[in-house]
Amino acid sequence: MKEITINLNGAARRVAVAPNETLLDVLRGKLGIKTPKEGCGRGDCGACTVLLDGKVVRSCLILAIEVDGQSVTTLEGVGQQGPTALQQAFVANNAFQCGFCTSGVVLAASALLTEKPQPTEHEVREALAGNLCRCTGYEPIVKTVLDVARKTGRKSAKRRARS
Amino acid sequence: MSIACEFDYAKPDSLSAALRLLAAQPGRVPLAGGTDLVAWLRDGAVSPAFLVDIKGLPELRGIRLKNGRLWLGANTTFAEIIESPLVRKHAPILVEAAGMVASVGVRNRATIGGNICSAVPCCDSGPALLVYEATVHVATRQGAKNIPATKWFLGPRRTALAKGGLAVAISLPVGKHAGAFAKLKRYRGEDLAQASVAVRVDARGEWRVAYGSVAPTPIRGPKVEKVLRGQKNPPVELLQKARPLAEAEVAPITDIRGSEVYRRLMIGIMLERTVELATARLAGRGADYGINVLEEACS
Repeated sequence: MKEITINLNGAARRVAVAPNETLLDVLRGKLGIKTPKEGCGRGDCGACTVLLDGKVVRSCLILAIEVDGQSVTTLEGVGQQGPTALQQAFVANNAFQCGFCTSGVVLAASALLTEKPQPTEHEVREALAGNLCRCTGYEPIVKTVLDVARKTGRKSAKRRARS
Repeated sequence: MSIACEFDYAKPDSLSAALRLLAAQPGRVPLAGGTDLVAWLRDGAVSPAFLVDIKGLPELRGIRLKNGRLWLGANTTFAEIIESPLVRKHAPILVEAAGMVASVGVRNRATIGGNICSAVPCCDSGPALLVYEATVHVATRQGAKNIPATKWFLGPRRTALAKGGLAVAISLPVGKHAGAFAKLKRYRGEDLAQASVAVRVDARGEWRVAYGSVAPTPIRGPKVEKVLRGQKNPPVELLQKARPLAEAEVAPITDIRGSEVYRRLMIGIMLERTVELATARLAGRGADYGINVLEEACS
């Protein structure tokens, strides 16, 4: 066992891990973080998505011991002050049903919008191509992300007009 | 516990320390992005005694131009390849291939060094590195070695890398050229390749062609290269002649992703489409790099 320190959703956490424990195992089993899910366990489905130093990654394909000293964001760390605009739009558009993929989809979409606030539909589909959803058929999800981007775009245009 | 096998782990901070660790005992393997290795650990396909995490080695980082060659540190991720203006300028076919590797979450982690060391037959970077006639720069405890990409892949998951060695960088010559990469998948979105084709043409009309997922390793297509030689704008009749040659110079198998016959026939079609796109790009027309010619309109 080795003690590692990670910045988890903004707070420093220390945890003892064995080299063969995945980040997903440690988050769910030792740190009480349940939003990343184990779907395929081989990097295909995206249900285990977390942000590592802000970048979308598969927590099922990363050993916990590898991320010593890095920062990990899960859905628990998104919208700590209440649901974000993106999360509210997911609700408004019925962009989920069973919810198993939703934490991964929301994280992947948040990362996209941070990097590229005004993505094209193609860019949205590409950014979410690694997050499988078996309920929605993807249309409401893509619409949600584009809606949020459009609204943010309008708001910043207004702000520019005022200043 | 999702990984049954137990192993030790170390993350050295220099190349020499990593080589020492790898050589100390049998059963020690390097860990880069882990997108193959950790999946194989979970499957029980490999059971190393010790993982040497090579992500702390500065020698394996960076993208730069040096002596007329583009150098990519082995730990360069596919996301970094896509974002790099240097790679886009000097190795756009590699950028096109990198954009088709799995999905964003994998591309943020998977490295080009890991991709060629895993050496699965469907590896996406293989055909691009073959048409660039890239060189793999290897470090061993006995010294450095340069291995041409054409001699790197020996079989499924087998490479010319000696045990205890590490791929440090990949370099390729720079020069005016155009090209294209196409990847056949069962559906849009992430999938392993059923077949892939990379083509490169220079200002003299010299063509290089390589195929992926249709032989035990990525392979060059010498017969097609010969028939296209000197043609900056190959006429339709020549492409019709090249197509059966392409079909005949690959050796696909039937597996869960596609049948042998389907793959062989699609290789001919993919050759034609990539040659057409590369021809247009060489003439300053054609879509920007970063598309899959099988999925998108390209002019």
